[in-house]
Amino acid sequence: MRSWRRGARAVAEPLLECLEVSHTYRRGTPFEATALQGVTVRIVAGQIVAIIGPTGSGKSTLIQHFNGLLRPSSGVVRVNGMDLWAAGADRRRARQQIGLVFQFPEYQLFEETVRRDVAYGPRNLGLDEVAVAERVDEALRQVGLDPHRFGERSPFTLSGGEMRRVALAGVLAMRPQALVLDEPTAGLDPRARRELLDRIEAWHRQGITIVLVTHNMDEAARLAGHVIVMHEGRVVLQGAPAEVFGREADLRAIGLDLPLAARLVRELRRRGLAVGDALTMTQARRAILTALRGRDHGV
Amino acid sequence: MRPGPGAEPFIAVTDLRHVYHPDTPQAVVALDGLSCTIRAGEYVGIVGGNGSGKSTLARHLNALLLPTAGRVLVGGLDTRDRQAVWAVRRQVGMIFQNPDNQLVASVVEEDVAFGPENLGLAPAVIRERVDEALGAVGLRHLRRAAPHLLSGGQKQRVAIAGILAMRPACLVLDEATTMLDPQGRAEVLATIADLNRREGITVILISHALDDLLDASRIIALDAGRIVLDGPPHEIFDRVEQAPGGRLDAPAVVTLARQLRQDGVPLPPGIFRIEALADALVAARGARRG
Amino acid sequence: MGFSGLTIGQYLPGGSILHRLDPRTKIIGVTGLVVMLFFVPSFAGLGGFAALVLALFAVARISPAYALRGIRPLIVLLVFTALLNTFFAPVADGHVLFRFGPLMATMEGLRTGLFVAARLILLVVVTSLMTFTTSPVELTDGLERLLRPFQRLGVPGHELAMMTTIALRFIPTLLEETDKIMKAQMARGAEFDRGGVLARARAFVPVLVPLMVSAFRRSEDLALAMEARCYRGGAGRTRMNELRWQAADVVAFLVMGAAAAAVVWVRR
Repeated sequence: MRSWRRGARAVAEPLLECLEVSHTYRRGTPFEATALQGVTVRIVAGQIVAIIGPTGSGKSTLIQHFNGLLRPSSGVVRVNGMDLWAAGADRRRARQQIGLVFQFPEYQLFEETVRRDVAYGPRNLGLDEVAVAERVDEALRQVGLDPHRFGERSPFTLSGGEMRRVALAGVLAMRPQALVLDEPTAGLDPRARRELLDRIEAWHRQGITIVLVTHNMDEAARLAGHVIVMHEGRVVLQGAPAEVFGREADLRAIGLDLPLAARLVRELRRRGLAVGDALTMTQARRAILTALRGRDHGV
Repeated sequence: MRPGPGAEPFIAVTDLRHVYHPDTPQAVVALDGLSCTIRAGEYVGIVGGNGSGKSTLARHLNALLLPTAGRVLVGGLDTRDRQAVWAVRRQVGMIFQNPDNQLVASVVEEDVAFGPENLGLAPAVIRERVDEALGAVGLRHLRRAAPHLLSGGQKQRVAIAGILAMRPACLVLDEATTMLDPQGRAEVLATIADLNRREGITVILISHALDDLLDASRIIALDAGRIVLDGPPHEIFDRVEQAPGGRLDAPAVVTLARQLRQDGVPLPPGIFRIEALADALVAARGARRG
Repeated sequence: MGFSGLTIGQYLPGGSILHRLDPRTKIIGVTGLVVMLFFVPSFAGLGGFAALVLALFAVARISPAYALRGIRPLIVLLVFTALLNTFFAPVADGHVLFRFGPLMATMEGLRTGLFVAARLILLVVVTSLMTFTTSPVELTDGLERLLRPFQRLGVPGHELAMMTTIALRFIPTLLEETDKIMKAQMARGAEFDRGGVLARARAFVPVLVPLMVSAFRRSEDLALAMEARCYRGGAGRTRMNELRWQAADVVAFLVMGAAAAAVVWVRR
């Protein structure tokens, strides 16, 4: 945190890094299971990172290391340069800096009113009531819920989509530097899903680093600047979306599909139509038009 | 072995109305005079946003709910007839949304046996049906597994096997794919399409995502407790976004096809699969050249 | 945190003779052994009993060390029981070992303390032999069948068995959920291991409320799903796996009988 250090290494030092992290559940019992093996990932501030991989590939276990909820069996986890498991490490601070949102977070709501539930995190930080109230209002607006309309309602009377947003506000109210979201759109209808993705992009524009765990290749392709692919507890592939989704055979081998747009491009090429690469439907539309018109004028 | 859609309706819903908490200030009209018939062997997709009444409708189909007004006939039996309730439930099996909350036993095959055991069948018959049902959903190798260690898709397939072991004529899936990952969703959709095709089981698949309904032979869209669209997929998909209520999104391929038409690419209507879109685009190129 | 340390009540799948015994045999057998344990009069008797238990573990092909791990959570209780007996055993004239304030430890007392502790350890080990080798489902089936004759006397055997079945099915799910909710609240700055008893109890409210809400939702869903699968109580219900006595069960009862005879002979 000293300024000379910051200035010198601001670019190089990631917000979050896991070095050779391994994790074994129920060690020393007949039910022992290795969930992570030598995983190294770095999350740089300002990124949107997508972590993809089949169910059971270790994604959820990995992100629980990001804020010190799980202790690695071996390896190092650093948040803003702080080793989370060094003696005297302040893991509570890491939990404030790295906001972790579990899958179906609406199941963790417990307070009588929306306002009090969202206030739970900031109160745990030891803030005074004025600061807490300010953060609660801000967080509720960030998820698109009017604090005056929803603040005094019981979270249990809200719709599923609204409950999910309250839960997200509960983490945003901690004012994290990074938001780690485990399948944030699971179970939402297509419209709510799209709205939430738009919101996530908005939070990113406000300066929050985003880590998105997802099964949905279209979401990863649309949002992420960096994609990490996990399989059987290891990182098997990472890079820019174009790079990762260019490795179709590798992805298929571990049971992952391409984004819809890339599948369309593949089908077109198979039929002899030379279209450019596309990862999103908007890109696909452009690539198809270029291909069709190019032919018209060129021949 | 495949009966094919019969002429006689298997399910006949007439002017069905359902009000939750009637005669209280919290009264909610969930179904508002809905009528439809479903023939044996059909694969019907029912789509609608939150509060459209689709789950309420599902629960009327096996007498978990009874009409406030109107009538539901299943295989000729009126669901309001108290004597008929168990016969109705035997014919119409139901899979629910949360894969964790519908399995009873802590061993897969014990769970599949639960329904047949309730029917009072002989042990040998139950054993035979359980093996057959697990085979039909491709899970025979997991028959001794504990449900909580299975993936979501596997759990839902166990639930389907549990219903199949009762030998129903019809399977109702109430948002049964909503909580699954893409792989689990694909597993479940493939399983039920197969059951419909091979065994002739009537399938009613309820979802909020039209992408789940590509295999259906007919799609019914609900809004505010009424039917707003009813027809084969290639007719429905191009029209869903104009449907009343406006909570429905067309599948991504349909949207792209529409945009390309706006861009002047001559594409026929009724495209909702990637392969069909690719074929049509190649054909469009040929047309332009010629 | 976490529940991974517990070995009591765990089932270790296997194919040994003990695994394949009828669950009713194992329930009756273990009950019998526990009763016997309380009639074993001496350390030598306990030794014999321990030898029998060790032999049974060998037959089951399970390491007895694994059963001893199950005792770890009970160490405080064991030490407490041993001390209590050491100091307060009703001894007429024991050889005084040492005094601790008004308390007096006698040789006799120490013997009693160790004896009681050893008996408790054997009790835990012998019971875990049953749970290690019998799946919860078999255990429930066994209990249901054993209680069936009492159904007419108003003992709700079927209901108890069904409740146990459902509990067994949902305990892992609820444990997982507890872990997840705790972690979710920790991600919001909760601490469960700081402050006094009251502060700790209060820290659990954000875990218990969502857990209750979820348990209620699950039970509603499950009731609906069971109804949809034609469940209407025990009447008219059949079972896929009917229990049947095998030759091995007869052998097991003979072994039990021999052990009981040995105890009676020792106490004679």
